[in-house]
Amino acid sequence: MLKVENLRTYFKQAEGIVKAVNGVSFDLHKGDVLGIVGETGSGKSVTVKSIMGLIFPPGYIAGGKILFHTDEFSSNGEREYVDLAKLPQEDFTRIRGRHIGMIFQDPMTSLDPMYTIGDQIIETLVWHKNINEEEAFERAVQMLEKVGIPKPRERMGSYPFELSGGQLQRVVIAIAMSCDPEVLIADEPTTALDVTVQAQILELIKDLIAQYDGSVIFITHDLAVIAEISSSIMVMYGGMQVEMADTQTIFEDPLHPYTIALLNSIPRLDESRELNPIPGQPPTMLNPPEVCPFLPRCNRASEKCEKEMPRLIEVEPGHWVRCFPK
Amino acid sequence: MQLKLLRVENLKKYFPVRQGFFIQKIVAYIKAVDDISFEVERGKTFGLVGESGCGKTTVGKTIIRLLNPTSGRIFLENDNLASLKPSELKPYRTKLQIVFQDPMSSLNPRMTVGQMLSEPLLFHGIVKTREEANKVIAELLKAVGLKPHHIDRYPHQFSGGQRQRLAIARAISVKPHLIVLDEPTSALDVSVQAQIINLLQRLQEELNAGYIFISHDLPLVRYMSDEVAVMYLGKIVEKAPRDELFDHPLHPYTKALLAAAPVPDPRKKRDRKDLIGGQVPSPINRPSGCFFHPRCKFRMPICEREYPPTFTLDSSHEVACYLYR
Repeated sequence: MLKVENLRTYFKQAEGIVKAVNGVSFDLHKGDVLGIVGETGSGKSVTVKSIMGLIFPPGYIAGGKILFHTDEFSSNGEREYVDLAKLPQEDFTRIRGRHIGMIFQDPMTSLDPMYTIGDQIIETLVWHKNINEEEAFERAVQMLEKVGIPKPRERMGSYPFELSGGQLQRVVIAIAMSCDPEVLIADEPTTALDVTVQAQILELIKDLIAQYDGSVIFITHDLAVIAEISSSIMVMYGGMQVEMADTQTIFEDPLHPYTIALLNSIPRLDESRELNPIPGQPPTMLNPPEVCPFLPRCNRASEKCEKEMPRLIEVEPGHWVRCFPK
Repeated sequence: MQLKLLRVENLKKYFPVRQGFFIQKIVAYIKAVDDISFEVERGKTFGLVGESGCGKTTVGKTIIRLLNPTSGRIFLENDNLASLKPSELKPYRTKLQIVFQDPMSSLNPRMTVGQMLSEPLLFHGIVKTREEANKVIAELLKAVGLKPHHIDRYPHQFSGGQRQRLAIARAISVKPHLIVLDEPTSALDVSVQAQIINLLQRLQEELNAGYIFISHDLPLVRYMSDEVAVMYLGKIVEKAPRDELFDHPLHPYTKALLAAAPVPDPRKKRDRKDLIGGQVPSPINRPSGCFFHPRCKFRMPICEREYPPTFTLDSSHEVACYLYR
């Protein structure tokens, strides 16, 4: 459905070039739930913003392809690959919201406080689906019911400030899902919520994924959340993907030193053990040297690491690692 | 009997809700902290968990008297801090310190590391001269894992983890007996969080200080604490030694919190039957009876009428729920 090849997104700054995303590649198939994990500044949000066409100056896509399989622009109704990296802004409105839906981190800032939640769902539907407002109203009520908002018909006239954070995130999910997008991107959708509400939202997203026939990209910094929801995981560090495999493999047989260190540095509820922090600080992305970004913090670094950048290699089917073999 | 480092008894903190433009009337109170009691010993960590708005931060701020308690007693060793005037508090400031959540807003951006760390030392008369202060600061910086040459830098020149180290250095500079840690790692990345947590544990051994560890992160609280209390809408609903609370939770709210916390293991599926719906009600308008009853699966008629008293089981496990009558 979506094929990202060697994506590079840079930001021009006075001090130099910030290489926020530096050569990311992945395929997203129908039914996949791809989890992207990484720390602040690892490039996970910029990756999906590039896919959504939400990179604005001084940011630019410096290279790579984002191939999206769609029939939106074809003349004969057949699906074809469209390179989103080269799509002009005015055509992006036909993709964004219609074919790729997005859920952001903070529901309070992703909804307009001046409009009722009903208006905001109807707007999306009328714009993308070419239906009249009455039909859209009914569809919106159904969507709200689907995401578990009690008394959806009455809630249509509510303003965002009248709802709690968890309810608002449900509304945002309803908007994102209202046009049945093929790809749903969720950027830290539960980070701003309390644990009990987070669990409710995760269960809702899981239920929707099960019913819905598309694929999901789920971004988070929380390994526990990703373990629960995704079918495969991409670990990002310093703008690069360092490891990519199915969820089971990442947790049970991680290969990249960063993935291993990350798993050892989180406290767990179900077992007590020592915490092993990763020494040092996350890298800055300004003019990074052409070596592995994890090198200064790595406990397995060798001389070879200081000379060349490891390539992303497939060590076993479906398990990709950017590190030299031991 | 040995004297406890800190003893909090029936602490209450109410915030008035005012209405009106010219003539303001108090129309209600937000009972942020409502009659809570607990004790902290030297060298031990007391964990305080709860969702946002449950009053856990207010507890921390009231204990160090950044906020004045509405009623209740706060005994630090022998002295009741709750009854002291602000001017009388100065000698206690060296015994009580706090580390806040966001180091960017708790450090003064216009002060260098040297200035911000020498201020408490000189103010409390721990050192007499700037030269002495600089010597102590160099040691402090080393203790928190920074370099002595960082002394002339400003907060913006540090990363988030390093800034939190500075905030910790400032808190330990007066050798406090009790440190309130208000979500000290929630603004940090996981790999850096582990560094700070290990640092805090090492410093606790060196200072033999008592910690009050406030967090919403259950695995972290389990890792840090010796005793844990769970708060809901201003009240402690359950309090027990760490393993007891996490392995045998009693209160339905504690069970729901534990069920809701995701586990970083794809093989373990969450137990949906303990999950709860709804969200935390507003603290202005708390439900009648037990505040948790609208979300509780085990509610009984009495729960809607009266707030349950605290029942003590096995001498150390306290729970406020009628199920354990």
